[in-house]
Amino acid sequence: MSPGESGDPHEDNQIGQQDPGSKAANPERHDGERPRDGAIRAVPGTEGQASASATTRRTGGGGRGTRGPGRKGGGRRRKGRAEELMVPDATFTSYYGRQVVKPTPWESDIPFYLFAGGLAGGSSLLGMGADLTGRPHLRRNARITATVALSASMLALVHDLGRPTKFYNMLRVFKPTSPMSVGTWVLTAYAPGNVVAGASEVARLLDVQRFLPTRLKFLSGLLDWAARPGGIEAALLAPAVASYTAVLLTDTSTPAWHEAHRELPFVFVGSAAAASGGLGMVTAPLAETGPARMLAVIGATVELVVEHQMEKSMGFTAGALHEGTPGKLMRASKILTAVGGASALLLGRRHRAFAVASGLALVAGSVCTRFGVFEAGQESARDPKYTVVPQRERLNARRAAEAAGQDPGATPTSVRPGPPADDLQTTSPTAEHTTQENTA
Amino acid sequence: MSLLTNLKPFARRLDPRRGSDQAFTSVEPGGPAVRAGWGEEPPPRKGFFTDTSICIGCKACEVACKEWNGVPQDGIFELLGSSYDNTGALGASTWRHVEFIEQRKPLGGQTTGVTIGVPETAVGAGVQLPDSGAGSFGATASSFGSVGSFDTIPGPVSGPDHSGIDLFGSLKPEPVRQPEPVKAGTPMVDLGMPSFDLPSASPDAGERTEFRWLMASNVCKHCTNAGCLDVCPTGALFRTEFGTVVVQDDVCNGCGYCVAGCPFGVIDRRIGDKNQPKDAIANKNAGIAQKCTLCYDRLGEGLTPACAQACPTQSIQFGDVDELRERANVRLADLQAAGVAGAQLYAEDPDGGVGGAGAFFLLLDEPEVYGFPPDPIVTTADLPRMWKNAGFAALGLAAAVTTAFVGGRR
Ligand code: SF4
Ligand code: SF4
Ligand code: SF4
Repeated sequence: MSPGESGDPHEDNQIGQQDPGSKAANPERHDGERPRDGAIRAVPGTEGQASASATTRRTGGGGRGTRGPGRKGGGRRRKGRAEELMVPDATFTSYYGRQVVKPTPWESDIPFYLFAGGLAGGSSLLGMGADLTGRPHLRRNARITATVALSASMLALVHDLGRPTKFYNMLRVFKPTSPMSVGTWVLTAYAPGNVVAGASEVARLLDVQRFLPTRLKFLSGLLDWAARPGGIEAALLAPAVASYTAVLLTDTSTPAWHEAHRELPFVFVGSAAAASGGLGMVTAPLAETGPARMLAVIGATVELVVEHQMEKSMGFTAGALHEGTPGKLMRASKILTAVGGASALLLGRRHRAFAVASGLALVAGSVCTRFGVFEAGQESARDPKYTVVPQRERLNARRAAEAAGQDPGATPTSVRPGPPADDLQTTSPTAEHTTQENTA
Repeated sequence: MSLLTNLKPFARRLDPRRGSDQAFTSVEPGGPAVRAGWGEEPPPRKGFFTDTSICIGCKACEVACKEWNGVPQDGIFELLGSSYDNTGALGASTWRHVEFIEQRKPLGGQTTGVTIGVPETAVGAGVQLPDSGAGSFGATASSFGSVGSFDTIPGPVSGPDHSGIDLFGSLKPEPVRQPEPVKAGTPMVDLGMPSFDLPSASPDAGERTEFRWLMASNVCKHCTNAGCLDVCPTGALFRTEFGTVVVQDDVCNGCGYCVAGCPFGVIDRRIGDKNQPKDAIANKNAGIAQKCTLCYDRLGEGLTPACAQACPTQSIQFGDVDELRERANVRLADLQAAGVAGAQLYAEDPDGGVGGAGAFFLLLDEPEVYGFPPDPIVTTADLPRMWKNAGFAALGLAAAVTTAFVGGRR
């Protein structure tokens, strides 16, 4: 039972639950307390947007717990008004419209890092492939791209910290439960080979060997020799670099990120492949860009297809990907990726200008994807409906299942139900959570 | 050792009794402190049972927490316009937060038709007063005269004794005033205090009968499976021997990952004040994640946390979690027996999404009314599946590159 269907117990029961209306001029609460012009519909009567999205949710079947019966709608996005009217409004309650979970304090450093990390990972792979298949220009450009992108992303990571001078504390521990810790170590392992490969290309480009005193000329030879093993070492870790960032986002309580946890890694590696392939097309001469083009096309296709899938499986929280700034970014990303991918496939081989144009479109598409997903998550954390509505539906479904004597499923709950709040469904007060069934 | 501890979750995956998805969330016998490597017999797990049904919203806890922990000011003073709550939310500089919820809804077991007792009857038994001063708090004050009324207070038990010099006489405890029961028929005295009608006392009472305030003191839940702790990449967040979760200021580098890791929106990164000198209290620990420590410093000395100590109603009850759970269940049963609709325990269930919290709540309405997530789940529970997906994605990328070079030789 959804809050709307069951007659929300709090409907018309609360006054003063609207948006505070006045800005909490509190530097620490900068995100949450910003009055959000209609974005927060805390109470009945202001539920327009929530209802539209809840419709999506209900027809789309959603997260854990509600899967099954509500699935018949096939997950199609709401089209037109008729369908919207069939479902009662999803009202939900919140505390004065305030956010429930907190958005991360991360700023644009992090989406930039997501992009740069993906670009670095993809370019390392491209660089190794070009090295092994004898494409010197593609190899050089991909290696340099990877090194520059990696350095930029690491700087962004450190810059984003609240205490940048303590960044090295990340290296105190290795925690498998912390994607950020795992990612730090992956990056740490990935960086040396990458830098060696990149440095050798730069050294060759600047013809460093000529300026070195004879006694030190062997250094440049050594670097050249180390470039291939370094490039291979980096390329072995590059897929992890490109995909772990998705886990970084999805292992959070930020609704739009966590709900995307099934597909986001594929979206992110697709985006990484599109961006690195695209940049390869921009920088390398036509004769060598065949693989880059193919990688870009594969990446763009995967990104578009899986992103579509992701929006379906996210259910209600997918709304965050459609509204406001993240909505614009995601639309831009789709258009740029689709146009870039298609023109790379059809025209990318014909003329350098086409290759450059479609490559740039793909890179821009990847940037938009990263910023879009990032901003959607932040938005979903600020707007309590994305936390409350799906959890409430999950809880109600479980209570209903318990009341009907069914196995509530393995999803645990944090709420021990009391007696029915007014006429609200729920179970008998003595309903037990059976340990064995839940953990088995 | 920390490496071993951190690998434990993976070791547990091999335990055949648990599904792989439970690997990161299962509760070890002995509680979280044992799991975190505090030996087999750490001190009993400590926590809070916050009984919101008796909270009076005095904010003593909020203030006591700030005072004891030296938490800097939380922004400039501004009215939020949301009831009596001008703090807004938990945050890096608000470790306790008292919430005020105004509802058009009667309190369970409460009759809101005006019933003010006359002195003979027990308070609240519900006999209508004569018209004079009826329904005003001024009159109510007298009707509660059995608690102590000034004109019936006996004189000082002993006058100042000048016969000897007693320097410390003034430090002796005050003699206890013996309240004298108000005799039947004592006339009501209008004290001239500003008075206003009780809800529903006025003629247009129909509109106002159903009204209640809910007050709740929110705090970090000190989860058994703490998302913040799981995701912290520096080890700044750690599990204490009391089973609580604490940030180490000197280790945290302010990555802010814990902020998104918490399913309750508790922890936050402190923002300093650029207009203040660097060492000003406003900039204490700026850039570092901060939250309730369950007064780790006090616990170590066998003291009660400042907030619980300051709470005048015992709405915040501190103690061993096992015992608090029992107490909470008794209280819940009492309220249910009294017909209080909506009474429920929140975050207490050890099988719940965060494995039962060290600090749990008795609520009188659904959690989201209080700004709590209705069904919080530690997201690390899904981590094995997420790593698996990421692994497949990584393989996919490698395969795509291979395809591009092998299949795309043009
Ligand atoms: S409530 Fe949040 S901050 Fe507190 S222990 Fe749980 S996850 Fe951590
Ligand atoms: S901000 Fe500090 S406490 Fe929070 S996850 Fe990062 S290092 Fe850990
Ligand atoms: S336990 Fe201590 S730190 Fe936590 S809210 Fe209470 S007073 Fe503050």
